Amino acid sequence: MSASLKGGLFRLALLFSLGVGFLILGTLLVDVFKDGLPYLDRTLLTNPPSVDPKIAGARPAIIATLYIGGLLLLFTVPIGVFTAIYLEEYADKTRWYNRLLEINIQNLAAVPSIVYGILGLAFLVRGIGLGRVLLAGAMILTLLVLPTVIIASREALRAVPDSIRQGAYALGATQWQVVSRQVLPAAIPGIATGSILALSRAIGETAPLIMIGAVTYVAFDPTILGPFTALPIQIYQFVRLPQDEFKLLAAASIIVLLGILLTLNAFAIWIRNRYRRSW
Amino acid sequence: MADEQLTTIEPMSLADIAQEQSDKSFTNREAVFEVKDLAVDYSGAIAIREVSLDVYKNSVTAFIGPSGCGKSTFIRCFNRMNDLVPGAHIHGDVLYHGKDLYAADVDPVEVRRRIGMVFQKPNPFPKSIYDNVAFGPRVLRLRGSLDERVEKGLRQAALWDEVKNRLKESALGLSGGQQQRLCIARCLAVEPDVILMDEPASALDPISTTRIEDLMHDLKREYTIVIVTHNMQQAARVADMTAFFSVDVAPDGNKRTGILVEYDRTSKIFTTPADKRTEDYVTGRFG
Repeated sequence: MSASLKGGLFRLALLFSLGVGFLILGTLLVDVFKDGLPYLDRTLLTNPPSVDPKIAGARPAIIATLYIGGLLLLFTVPIGVFTAIYLEEYADKTRWYNRLLEINIQNLAAVPSIVYGILGLAFLVRGIGLGRVLLAGAMILTLLVLPTVIIASREALRAVPDSIRQGAYALGATQWQVVSRQVLPAAIPGIATGSILALSRAIGETAPLIMIGAVTYVAFDPTILGPFTALPIQIYQFVRLPQDEFKLLAAASIIVLLGILLTLNAFAIWIRNRYRRSW
Repeated sequence: MADEQLTTIEPMSLADIAQEQSDKSFTNREAVFEVKDLAVDYSGAIAIREVSLDVYKNSVTAFIGPSGCGKSTFIRCFNRMNDLVPGAHIHGDVLYHGKDLYAADVDPVEVRRRIGMVFQKPNPFPKSIYDNVAFGPRVLRLRGSLDERVEKGLRQAALWDEVKNRLKESALGLSGGQQQRLCIARCLAVEPDVILMDEPASALDPISTTRIEDLMHDLKREYTIVIVTHNMQQAARVADMTAFFSVDVAPDGNKRTGILVEYDRTSKIFTTPADKRTEDYVTGRFG
């Protein structure tokens, strides 16, 4: 077989793989948009769910999802970034407890989300008696994505060349000054990207929220300490209802969820490009 | 590159360059550093041992020697940069103006504020030219006008005229030689007492190298300079005192440690070295 033929076949294989991904995504989008677009209107965004598909909307779920997203950022970014800074910049890696911590965090990132749901139910909802409230949902999703945020932040910190740290130390900077004025600012694009991608994963999560008892029918605007539902659960709820119109309403809700996720991802890309650095 | 040059250069030319250095006696000058029987190990592996020498005020002291002789390890003992390397241990004494640098009550941060360092690879911060030079004065909360400090640092490093109209631009846009002079300016802006330079010109082109060497001549009036270099001609051109380090291989051939072979006036090292190993090295028969 000639070299050029091999190269051609390889190219073909690459294009095929790319095509599979595009085709599936494309089919999904076309299907969802065909069904959902007619129902994507103000009713969906402003009305609570109802037994009548004509006036049913997903307002409480959309608001709850936005609340959860906001709380998630509030909880995960400081805890995740500080943990990452400790592990990367301060921890003595020859100590067994630091290595144990590191292995644990990597393992936690691989724990199925339903397990976090059980933890939330046992510990947050019942253990400390928080109840089946939005805050409990946000906290459990925080636990779920925290390992991902920590790992992404550590990668970003590690990507800052050691020569930058040495240069700052050599000028008489303290460790805190080196970290806060040189390393952390240089790592912000990576940290922001990782955090936002983790956030968009959490917003699409359903299992742990069902586990802690996010109710499927909420006809009022949620509060942080009240019962809630979330967009993915609302979609599931719509699909289960017998009338066909609700399936179309589900498709419309999917478009809203996709819109939120794509906005977040676009924001992540914008931050990355805005602060992109080279050494 | 240095090794290639060794084969083509006449041994005498090195000596001629060194002879041009004024033959002042340095031994009656004030010693900034007194090193006594110093050894450094990394988790038990000894990198350098049995080093004793004095570094004199307002002079340029060069450390030369083959790769792996521990000269970079040694220079990092003067500003306690080895503290940042996990597993590094320093034995023996390093006295700075008579005070033990490694005494329990000495803050390494304070040491580094007085003893600046320029690294082999230019390492500007990913910030503006101004912010690079201003970083030291800012973290040390030095009094006085920041603008003046930045300008003074850049002028002393012979960079001001090239960058005065683009102080707000990223330092990463400068050429390699300019970046290295920026690192020197950054170091000068905190008004150190000593400047350590770890192969400051090895990543630079010959013109930039010349500029850095000229700079050293100017700077030694105000500062004490210690430089590690691979390039013997550079040592001969800039240094008043030169220390030759070599690698001592244990009889079993496994353990390699750096040792100080000879330390004397540069002209002496390059013309009439006392040790055969020094002579072999400076005449290009070894290394």
